Amino acid sequence: MSRFTRRTFMATSAAALMALALPLPAFALNDAEARGLVDNLVSEINDVIASGKSETAMYGDFERIFRKYADLPYIAAYAMGVDARRASDSQKKAFTNAFTGYISRKYGKRFREFIGGRLEVQGVKQVKSFYQVTTTAFLRGEAPFEVDFHVSDRSGKNLFFNMYIEGINMLLTEREEVGSMLDRRKGDIDAMIADLAKAG
Amino acid sequence: MALAAVTVLGVAGCTRPAQYEGRDGIFDPYESGNRKTHEFNRDVDRALLRPLAKGYVAVVPDGIVISVGKFAENLGEPSNAVNHLLQGNVRGVGRNVTRFLINSTLGFAGLFDPASDFGLYPDKTDFGETLHVWGASEGAYVELPVFGPSTERDAAGRVVDMFTNPLSYVLPTQEAAAANSAKVAAKLGDRGRYSDLVDSVLYESADSYAQGRILYLQNRRHDLGMDTEDTYIAPEDVNTQGF
Repeated sequence: MSRFTRRTFMATSAAALMALALPLPAFALNDAEARGLVDNLVSEINDVIASGKSETAMYGDFERIFRKYADLPYIAAYAMGVDARRASDSQKKAFTNAFTGYISRKYGKRFREFIGGRLEVQGVKQVKSFYQVTTTAFLRGEAPFEVDFHVSDRSGKNLFFNMYIEGINMLLTEREEVGSMLDRRKGDIDAMIADLAKAG
Repeated sequence: MALAAVTVLGVAGCTRPAQYEGRDGIFDPYESGNRKTHEFNRDVDRALLRPLAKGYVAVVPDGIVISVGKFAENLGEPSNAVNHLLQGNVRGVGRNVTRFLINSTLGFAGLFDPASDFGLYPDKTDFGETLHVWGASEGAYVELPVFGPSTERDAAGRVVDMFTNPLSYVLPTQEAAAANSAKVAAKLGDRGRYSDLVDSVLYESADSYAQGRILYLQNRRHDLGMDTEDTYIAPEDVNTQGF
């Protein structure tokens, strides 16, 4: 048992699969795919930043990018936290929708500050069941800083489910904010969703 | 200095949770007092800092605002070097000293940062990090008047850092005053240049105190290398049914 670790088990199974020349399952996310996803994501973000469009037009673009690359149901579910247990399915759907617009505006604003700068993909590594793609933001007059994307195929598609900017992660930060919004409305989920649609 | 450090270690260790307590790794036993300080800080920002900072970056060209920031940053390099030395981080000391020498000369007394062009990017540290390296625990979250979010450990570090910069012992009074003015101007420049970001936290979030707290703790723990892979959120952590 001591020598037959999870790692050796995985390695052995992988070797067995190779020996049988079985096609690799389509959902097996790998380094190259995780990196490719973030390469495309970063290039689309850079295009929007460089487009010189109006602020509102940019938010529309960022929302489209979020819907294409982000695991929105996961991010929304995490942000709602334990309060999701008492939410109805229609409330959950409405929340995911309002939340998507909210993070597109909020994070779109931050990306807009990258005007004149750029994001560069540095590397990728597997962490537990997902991939961490590290990028560096180069901004004028600033020491370069890390922006990481955590990518998973949990949903059946390769999508990012969390983002770290200098250690600050979107999931934890937004769960705190949604919690505060609920507190402000004394726990009224519908009122919180209405606030969210206007926030960011 | 050594005596101060020992005293500070004792202070930093005074509120010591066995583990991070409360939601999301937040230990905030002084929350009600902290919230009062937060309201004060917000008032100061609204009435004084924000308008001054906005005026400063509106009137002064961006290049000069950046240069003033760089100038203040360069004056902090000796303090970084001392703290890296106390942490036993020889590479850090080397980087701070080299940056200080290059930027003080080629960079016109630190107004420019040619060291970064050579790939020698800033590597800041402080006595709060030194305390962390020495094994002091983070302690409780505190919001300090004017300085804002901190922890007991970092607040103690701030006090000691008033004495860790060798320059403050060698600069003549007039130059020392100029250095302090540059530091204040650099803070204003940061507040002005990141106005939208700071505004979004202070004035647009549902609970600016809670947002400031979680942003500070995450960023600080990242800087100190406390956010290991174990702390990452996994894609299996929540049930997405219905979302």
